[in-house]
Amino acid sequence: MSKVDAAALANPSLQYRVWLKRERRGRIAVRTMQLLVLLVLLVLWEVLPRAQLVNPLLTSYPSALWPTFLQLLKETPQQASILSHTWATVLATVLGFTAAMVVGMVIAAALWWWSALYKVLDPYLVVANAMPKTAFVPIFYIWLGATLSIYGMSLAISLFITILMIYSGFQGVDSNKIKLAQTFGASKGQILTKVVLPGSVPTFIAALKVNAGLSLVGVIVGEFQSASLGLGYLIQYGSQIFKMNIVMTAITILALVSSLMYLAIAWLEAAVMRRR
Amino acid sequence: MSAAANRDAKVELRHVGLCYFGWEGETEALRDVSFSVAPGEFVAIIGQSGCGKSTLLSLISGILKPTDGTVLVDGKPVAGPNRTVGYMLQQDYLFEWRTILENAVLGAEIQGADMRKARERAATLLTRYGLGRFLHYLPRQLSGGMRQRVALARTLCTEPDVVLLDEPFAALDSQTRIALADEVAEILRRESKTAILVTHDIGEAISMAERVIVLSRRPGQLKSDHAIRFASANGGRPTPFAARNTPEFNHYFNSLWQELEVHVEG
Repeated sequence: MSKVDAAALANPSLQYRVWLKRERRGRIAVRTMQLLVLLVLLVLWEVLPRAQLVNPLLTSYPSALWPTFLQLLKETPQQASILSHTWATVLATVLGFTAAMVVGMVIAAALWWWSALYKVLDPYLVVANAMPKTAFVPIFYIWLGATLSIYGMSLAISLFITILMIYSGFQGVDSNKIKLAQTFGASKGQILTKVVLPGSVPTFIAALKVNAGLSLVGVIVGEFQSASLGLGYLIQYGSQIFKMNIVMTAITILALVSSLMYLAIAWLEAAVMRRR
Repeated sequence: MSAAANRDAKVELRHVGLCYFGWEGETEALRDVSFSVAPGEFVAIIGQSGCGKSTLLSLISGILKPTDGTVLVDGKPVAGPNRTVGYMLQQDYLFEWRTILENAVLGAEIQGADMRKARERAATLLTRYGLGRFLHYLPRQLSGGMRQRVALARTLCTEPDVVLLDEPFAALDSQTRIALADEVAEILRRESKTAILVTHDIGEAISMAERVIVLSRRPGQLKSDHAIRFASANGGRPTPFAARNTPEFNHYFNSLWQELEVHVEG
């Protein structure tokens, strides 16, 4: 039942049309400003090195990105095209955060099921979450080898926060809704599947948002250490041979990948929340 | 004597006591409460907040177990939630991710009932309560009174004999409250349900119930038990709204008011 009257919608008043116009203009102004900020940053990045105000060797130029990209399509270190490097990073990230979501959800459900388990493990989870996981990059490399250590880092960096977030989401489900299910004689499994899990969907979305960023961090740091493929490797390689063009191109692609993941999650959120 | 006398009781409490335990200590919520409710009877339990009224309903519904005494439904001790008893909580607690119809069949779904029949029954009930147009709406699109009617449909969809009502109108505005009380009382009488209503609203208790039980302050003990009769309504039971306009209503109101020892604290 939309609060907006259908008749009024078909025949808007003058005041409403004025209001709509003002709101639309406001939106356009915000978008324009956002683009302007990007443009100013790009112009500064292009002009300052060319005017020799900063050393171009350190920053490269935006105008160099596209030619570098085209060149990297043909030949890159390790003979892989830049698309393969990008794909390797994206794949590891998606695998990492999917695994973190699934494993995190299962562990959170287990902690909810056996509250004694949670009471025992609580301090360890909090400490594990507070630890800088990147400290484990070299250890993971030794334990898991080149490829698996990257996946492992991607999982490790987002797993504990996922467990803590989802568990507190479970705890946040209205206890009266659980009581209601109990009045019908619901079993613990039914309370989990019919009340707690569907009631925690907003938490899952929030966890996804956090994880998409964190997993990417895990993958890049992992690749710094051990990869021969991936954007992290490309950044490391480019900086070692002092080719800022390569570094900046890889970072720009990373920015695009993050934006795409953000858009995908925003789309998912809109699709899920439409029912609420 | 009581066992034989109450063989026909739908719900019976025998010397029921309940303590809550916490690190701060134990709280005695109910002490030695005994009463019985006949089939089809509408009983209201009143008392000040914190006197254990809601606890009493949780005990009858089987989601809490008494520390002392026994609760019997149909002569059998209550071992846990069962299908004979339906429980309507203080607020609707509709699941915001389910449509109105899906909410109304929740109980049937949990109890593993035939879902096709349950959906039909829920749709019939909702239509009868004036919600036929809204079956596939989401809870947030409905007003408070409509939501509480969905909650009633959800309770009655599982076809319980006994309906427990825990201040089911407390969250509504006063007009909706009185109108809905009329509707609910009518529905429960027509389906000849046994009903136990917990409230702190004396007027609501008198106007809806045939019997009003007064609980003392914590620990809740049975203080008195009043039969409510409206001689001026020609023997028939007036609707809750009409009952409020009878001379008996004021009489009962005054005596219950004194018994509750209502005074504003602080």
